[in-house]
Amino acid sequence: MSAEPDGGAGEVRLPPSLEGVERVQSVRTPIRLEYDYRPSAAAESYLRAYEDRRIIGHRSPVDGAVFIPPRGVDPRHGTATTDEVELPDTGHVGNFCVTHLPIPGRKDLELPYVSAWIHLDGAAVGFLGLVRGCATDEVRIGMRVRAVWKPDDELGATAENILHWEPTGEPDVPVEWAGNRAFLRGQAGLEDGADDEATDA
Amino acid sequence: MREVAVVATASRQVPVLTGTTEVQLMVPLIESARAAVGLTQEDIGFTCSGSSDFLAGQAFSFVHTLDAVGAVPPISESHVEMDGAFALYEAWVKLQIGEVDTALVYSYGKSSPGSLRDVLALQLDPYYLAPLWPPADAVAALQARLLLESGAASPEELAGIAVRSQHHAAANPNAVRSSTDVTVGDVLAEAPVADPLRPSDLAAEADGGCAVVLAAGDRASDLCERPAWIRGIDHRIDAHALGVRDLTRAPSAALAASRAGAGGDRLDLVELHSPTTSQEAILVREIGLDDTTVVNPSGGALAGCTLMAAGLMRIAEAADRITGGTADRALAHATSGPCLQQNLVCVLEGA
Repeated sequence: MSAEPDGGAGEVRLPPSLEGVERVQSVRTPIRLEYDYRPSAAAESYLRAYEDRRIIGHRSPVDGAVFIPPRGVDPRHGTATTDEVELPDTGHVGNFCVTHLPIPGRKDLELPYVSAWIHLDGAAVGFLGLVRGCATDEVRIGMRVRAVWKPDDELGATAENILHWEPTGEPDVPVEWAGNRAFLRGQAGLEDGADDEATDA
Repeated sequence: MREVAVVATASRQVPVLTGTTEVQLMVPLIESARAAVGLTQEDIGFTCSGSSDFLAGQAFSFVHTLDAVGAVPPISESHVEMDGAFALYEAWVKLQIGEVDTALVYSYGKSSPGSLRDVLALQLDPYYLAPLWPPADAVAALQARLLLESGAASPEELAGIAVRSQHHAAANPNAVRSSTDVTVGDVLAEAPVADPLRPSDLAAEADGGCAVVLAAGDRASDLCERPAWIRGIDHRIDAHALGVRDLTRAPSAALAASRAGAGGDRLDLVELHSPTTSQEAILVREIGLDDTTVVNPSGGALAGCTLMAAGLMRIAEAADRITGGTADRALAHATSGPCLQQNLVCVLEGA
C-alpha cells in the first residue's frame, strides 16, 4: 500500500492506525505438497534391473525400436509397449557437451565434466550419462563407451549405479551413423558407407 | 455456426490407479475413441488436452502424456490447465474456424499420489486464502452452510441427491461409489466430514481419463450413425474471491446454460459436474431444471470425480446416451475453480 499519490487513480489514504507503520515489502507464503509417487510397472522393472547391473528397454511392436528408459509406450505412435529387452552396457556417444560450471550439491563432479547422450548398442534412443576416463577434449561423437558400475555392495534399484561411461578404445561409430541414426541404419539394413539417403528413411 | 458433434468417446475411472502412468492410462482410451470411428492420429485435425501437473506432482506431465497420442509426424496440438470439457470447447472453436474437420480431446487426472483436498487449496488466491490451506471440503462446506441457512435446500434434499447418485451409479462401470439400497436415513446418519457435508455429500475421488472425438458437418455423419450434435456450448466465470460472491448462487452457470440454449426444448437428461450435493442443488436451480429431466443417469461426478476429467466425462456420458439412441436432447455441465466459480454448459442433440 502506498500513501503517495499514484499519478491518476487518486490518492490512497491509510487509516490513522496504519500511518507511520513500516510498509510491507514482501509476503512469504511457503508452499509444500507431499506426494507418494509410484513409478509405473515399466519404470519399476527398469530400476529393479539395475540392482543386478542389468539395463532394460522396451521394444516397440510397430517397428522394433528399443526405448530406454522404458515407459510402456512408443511415444512416436502412441502404442503400448510391454516387450522387455535387456541391453548391453556398451554403446557410443551420440552427442555431448563440456560443462565448466558446478552443479549445486554435486561436489564430487570435477570440472569440467562431460554430459553425454549415450546410445546403447541395440537401443533406438540415447539417455544421459557422464563420460570420464579420458581428457575432455578427446570426447567425440561416435566414441565407443562402456558403463563403469558402482561396486556390487553399493548397488541399488537406481540408475545411479552407473557412475559414468568410459572409452572402450574400439573404433568410433562413424558420425553419420551416430546417435539416433544408429537405429535408422539398422532399420534400413545398411552397412557402413551406405548412401546418405538412408538417413532420411 | 458450423455443426459439430461428438462421434466417439472412451472413459476409464477407478478409485486409485497404481502401477500405471497417465500415459499408459490414456493409450488404450485414445486408441479406442479413434478406432471406434475408424480414425488414426493422422486423420485428426486438432488435438487438445486438459490436465494439471499438481495432481501427481509431476512437472510437465502434460507434455509427457502426448506420448499416448502418437505425435510423430508432428501434430497440431494444445493444452489447457482445466477440465477436459474446456479443452473440448477450444477444439469446438477450432472446428468452427473451419480449417479442420476432426478433433481429439482428452483429459485425465491421477490425484491419488497426493492429497487432493490440499492441492485444491492452491487454486485459491495466493496471498490471503491459499496460505491458510483451507481443505477443499471445508471451503465447499462454507457454501453448503449458506445454502442450508438460506432455506434454499434442506439436509434431506442434499441426502436425496447423494442417494440418487449412488443408485444411478450402480449401472455405471466407471463409478467408484454406488449402492442399490442406500437411503436418505443412511446418509443423514453419516458423521460429517466438514459440517454440514457428510462423506456422501462429497464427490468420490478417483483417478481416470476420458477421450472424445469431435467431427464437423458431413464428416460427423460419415463417421457415426447418430452423432451427438453440439447445439450450444458456452462457459462463464464468476469472481475468484469467495468473499465477493453470493455462494448460494452460480450466475455463471445460469448464464452459460442460457447462452447454450438449454431452455429451448425439453431435456431428457443432464450430466452435472457437481463436486458436492450442495453444488448440485445450486446447479439444478441455476440451469432451471424441472422433474421431467433425469439428473445424472451415470451417477454424475458425485459417484466418481476425476479432477480435470470429470467435466469431459459428463459430456461423454451425455453424448453416449444420444449416440446410443436412448436420449434425444441432453445437457452436460463442467465446473472449475472453488465453489462453482467457472461453469461450462454443453447442449447435445441427436437430430
